[in-house]
Amino acid sequence: MLRYTVRRLIQLLGVVLVLSLLVFAWLRALPGGPASALLGDRGTDESRAALEKQLGLDQPIFIQYFKFLGRALTGDFGNSTGVQPGDSVVDIFVQRFPATLELSIFAIILAVVVGIPLGYVAAKRRGTWFDNLSVGGSLIGVAVPVFFLAFVLKEVLASKLGLPSVGRQDAIGATRVTGFFVLDGLITQEWDAAWNALKHLFLPAAALATIPFAVIFRITRAAVLDVMDEDYVRTAEAKGLTAPLVRRRHVLRNAMLPVVTTIGLQIGALLAGAVLTEKVFAFPGVGEALALGFERRDYPVLQMLIMVAAIVYVVVNLLVDLSYALIDPRIRTR
Amino acid sequence: MAIGTKKERIDSLAESTADDSGVSLAASAWKRLRRSPVFLFGSFIIIAFIIIAIIAPWIAPHDPSARDLADQVIKARNQIPEPQPGHPLGGDLQGRDFLSRLLVGAQQTLLVGVFATLIGLVGGLALGTLAGAFGGWVDSLVMRIVDVMLSIPQLLLAFGIGALFAKPNLFTVILAVSIVQIPVFARLLRGSMLAQRGSDHVLAATSLGVKPGAIVFRHMLPNSLGPVIVQSTLVLATSIIDAAALSFLGLGNPDDRIPEWGQMLGGAQTVIDTHPQLAFWPAGCIIAIALGFTLVGESLRDALDPKNRR
Repeated sequence: MLRYTVRRLIQLLGVVLVLSLLVFAWLRALPGGPASALLGDRGTDESRAALEKQLGLDQPIFIQYFKFLGRALTGDFGNSTGVQPGDSVVDIFVQRFPATLELSIFAIILAVVVGIPLGYVAAKRRGTWFDNLSVGGSLIGVAVPVFFLAFVLKEVLASKLGLPSVGRQDAIGATRVTGFFVLDGLITQEWDAAWNALKHLFLPAAALATIPFAVIFRITRAAVLDVMDEDYVRTAEAKGLTAPLVRRRHVLRNAMLPVVTTIGLQIGALLAGAVLTEKVFAFPGVGEALALGFERRDYPVLQMLIMVAAIVYVVVNLLVDLSYALIDPRIRTR
Repeated sequence: MAIGTKKERIDSLAESTADDSGVSLAASAWKRLRRSPVFLFGSFIIIAFIIIAIIAPWIAPHDPSARDLADQVIKARNQIPEPQPGHPLGGDLQGRDFLSRLLVGAQQTLLVGVFATLIGLVGGLALGTLAGAFGGWVDSLVMRIVDVMLSIPQLLLAFGIGALFAKPNLFTVILAVSIVQIPVFARLLRGSMLAQRGSDHVLAATSLGVKPGAIVFRHMLPNSLGPVIVQSTLVLATSIIDAAALSFLGLGNPDDRIPEWGQMLGGAQTVIDTHPQLAFWPAGCIIAIALGFTLVGESLRDALDPKNRR
C-alpha cells in the first residue's frame, strides 16, 4: 500500500511538471506572444518591448521556463489584467476559492444523496415506470447545457421558491473567519447569515449538480444490476440473511466500487461546470473569475486557475485510486 | 439491455448453442437494435433534424440573415419583433426572422458536431493506433501525453484552447471542442488494441507472415471499432453542447450571419429575462439533438456489448 502510494505520488509530480510546461507553452502560443496578450489593446511597440524585457521574454525559451517554474514555486503568478486589474493572481485565488469549494461540496453532496438511492431503487425495480422515468430523466439531464439550466433555475424557480437569484451581492455576511460563507456563519453562531449563505448556495449547486447526479445515478443503477445477479448475493439470500443485511453487506458494498470512481471524476470536473454556473449566478468564486478571465482575456488569471484546476483534478483522481485500494482488498495486494 | 435474472441468462445461453449459423457481432447487434425503442426513438430524432437541415433553405420562410423586421427593433426599450403573420416566432435582436434562423441553424449545428467528432476521431485514431500497435516506448510516450491532456477537465481544456485565438471563428470553435476529444479516442483505441495484441487471431496472422501494417489495419482496427462508434455518437452530442458553452463565454464564433444554435443561445444570455423565447427555442433544439445522439449511443453500447449477445 505504501509503495503504491509513493509510486503514484511520483507519477503525480511528473504530471504536474508536464502540466506546467503545457500551461507555459499555452501562454507562448498566443498570437503576438504573451506581452501583447498581457497588454491587450493598450499595448504600443515600446511598451511591449519594455514589458518583454521586464518579463525576461528576450531570453532563451528554456531559461524563461525555469524562471517561470521558479516564480511559480514561490507563489508568484503575476498580476491580474482584466478580472480584478492589478491584484495578485494568488490573492484572487485565495479570496475566491472557499466560495467555489463550498459550492462544489454542496453540489456533490446533493448529487450523491439523490443519485445513489435513486439508482439503487431504479435497479431494484428494473423495467418499471419508475426505472424508465428516472433513466430517461438522467439522459435528458446530460443533454441540457449547464448554463441554460442555470438560467432556467434562476429565472423560473428563484422567484417561486423565494430564493435569491444572484450570488451573494445582497447577502447578510457573517464575520469572516475561514472564508467559507456557511461555515463562518455557523462558527460565529450568526444563524441568519449562515441560513442566508445556504439559500444563496442552493440554486447554483442544483444547476452544478445535474450532470454529476445523472452520471452517479446511472453508474449506481448499472453497478447494482450487475451485483444483484452475482452468486454470492443469491447465497446470502439463500442462507436466510435479512434483506437489509444483504443490501448493505453484499449488494451496496460491492456496487460502490465504480460509483466511488465516478464521484471522484465528477468532483474533478466540477470546476468546468462552475465556470458556467457561477457566471450565470454572479457567484463570487473561482469559476466566475475564470469566466471573466476568458471574456476579458486575462491570461495571468487563466494560467494559474487552469493549472490549479488540473492539479485538483489529478489529486482527486489519486485519492480515488487510493480509496479504491481501501474498499477493495484485492487491489492492496497487487 | 442487460439480461436480468439468472434464469434468463441460462435460457439465452441454451439458445445460443442451438444457433449454429455463426452470426457476426455486427449482425446480432443490428438484430437487437431494430427492436430497441430507445434506438428507434433516438435515430428518429437525428433523422428528423438531418432532414430539417437538408431542406431548411426551402422551408425557411425568410432569409435567415436578412434583417426584414429591423424597423421593429427598438434597442432603447429592449423591444424585438413580436410573432406576426409571416413570422410565427417573431424576430431576433437584429430583426431577423427567428423561425428561419432556427431551421437553417440545424445545418451549422450539425456541421460543428460532425466535424468536431471527425477531427477528434482521426486524431485519436492516429495516436491510439500508434500506441496500441507498437507498444514499447512509443506507447509510453503517447500515453503520457494523453494522460496529461486527460488531467485537465475536458470542458476547461476546450475553453483554454478557445481562448488562444484572438479572433474566434467557426473553425476555432470546432478545433477547441474536437482537440479535447482526441485523448479520449486515443485511450479507447489503445486499450482495445492492447487487449488484442496477445490474442489468438493476431498471433495466427503473425505466424502466417502477414505484414505488421496489415495486421494493424486489417485485423486489429476493425475489431476495435465497436467502442469507437459508440464513443463517436456520444461525442456528437457533447461537442454541440460544448460549442454552445464556448459561445456563452464569448469564445464562440462572433459572425452570426449564418445561424448556429449554440451561438443563438449564447447570444440570448443578456436578454433572457425579457425575451426568454430567444434562448428557449435554440436550447430546446440543442437538448433534442443531443438527446437523440445520446440515446443512439447508449443503445449501440448495449447492443455491441458481447455480454448481451444472444
